Amino acid sequence: MSSDPERFEEFDLGSHVGEEHIAGEAPSELHPATLGSELRGYLTGLVFAAALTAASFWSLHEHVIYGPGIVMALIVFGLAQVGVHLAFFLHLTTAPDNTNNALALAFGVLIVSLIFFGSIWVMYHMNQNMIPARALLEMRGG
Amino acid sequence: MSAPSAALRAGSDPYHIGHGPAAGVPEYTGHGAGGPSPKRIVVGYGFWIFILSDVILFSCFFATYTVLIDARNGGPGPQQLFDLHNTAIETACLLLSSFTCGMTSLAVARHNLLWSEITLAITGLLGLTFIALEIHEFLGLAAQGAGPTRSAFLTSFFALVGCHGAHVSAGLLWLGTMMAQFPAKGFKESIRHRYLCFSLFWHALDIIWIGIFTVVYLIGVITP
Repeated sequence: MSSDPERFEEFDLGSHVGEEHIAGEAPSELHPATLGSELRGYLTGLVFAAALTAASFWSLHEHVIYGPGIVMALIVFGLAQVGVHLAFFLHLTTAPDNTNNALALAFGVLIVSLIFFGSIWVMYHMNQNMIPARALLEMRGG
Repeated sequence: MSAPSAALRAGSDPYHIGHGPAAGVPEYTGHGAGGPSPKRIVVGYGFWIFILSDVILFSCFFATYTVLIDARNGGPGPQQLFDLHNTAIETACLLLSSFTCGMTSLAVARHNLLWSEITLAITGLLGLTFIALEIHEFLGLAAQGAGPTRSAFLTSFFALVGCHGAHVSAGLLWLGTMMAQFPAKGFKESIRHRYLCFSLFWHALDIIWIGIFTVVYLIGVITP
């Protein structure tokens, strides 16, 4: 039966930055956060992040990626690396004591998207509808 | 089949939605069952909110740069100005410093003064290298007549990258403060929480830099 309480210790798996390893606050009996396991986490993050950075710079070289797709590839590599940093360096997890952080991040992403894509959208259409400066001068007979 | 134990209910439904407090867990008025979160969680959450507000500030600069990238008034564009080798070295410095900052977190959690100071010093040196490279780049641009007053594009470039550089400089001051406070005050709770905030700040600056080298430098260089 699933009434084994230890099964649910996985909710505390997130190794939190600066966490104290003292009695009563130990993350989990099943998966104690040892120096080795935490070091491995940071090293994994470093390898992933370095690989994604290298992929970003490398994708600019000719004929690696279909020309018009480079911008999209760069955005994907960048977002993936942000995800790696959040997971391995900032230790954003799905643990209950991290729910507030994840929700705040979701709200931040919403506002950032509104500002960034909203600005591009508005300014693009404004530029489309503007009379070019030269035509404006001609209209005034200048 | 027996009734679910308190541990089971606490684990599968951490907020006790619709169940009331778990058996044996006292209820604290205004704090739900189990009382307020530990101070480390609250401190981290508060600083996380500040970081997100900072990210929103940066998103305005990113939007400005993206909108103004073509507004060059006949001046030079990203292709003529940016040296991607320099950007790659800056990126490597910040990424490695983010990693060594994580190593400091491990040392601080274990109250190890020597390793805390060593890894903080490496983090600081990498940060200083980054700032030196950035200042060198800025001075080089200004020397070839491409200063922030040349065009709207360059104004937005210096504003965005300079704002990030100012944050890194402030982070370096904070890093120096932490290096002094660990030996002077020890690994007491308030100092560890201060370090937690610093590590969040430093990691967040690296995340902002991912946006800068992607949007400003790489996408900038391939934009005609």
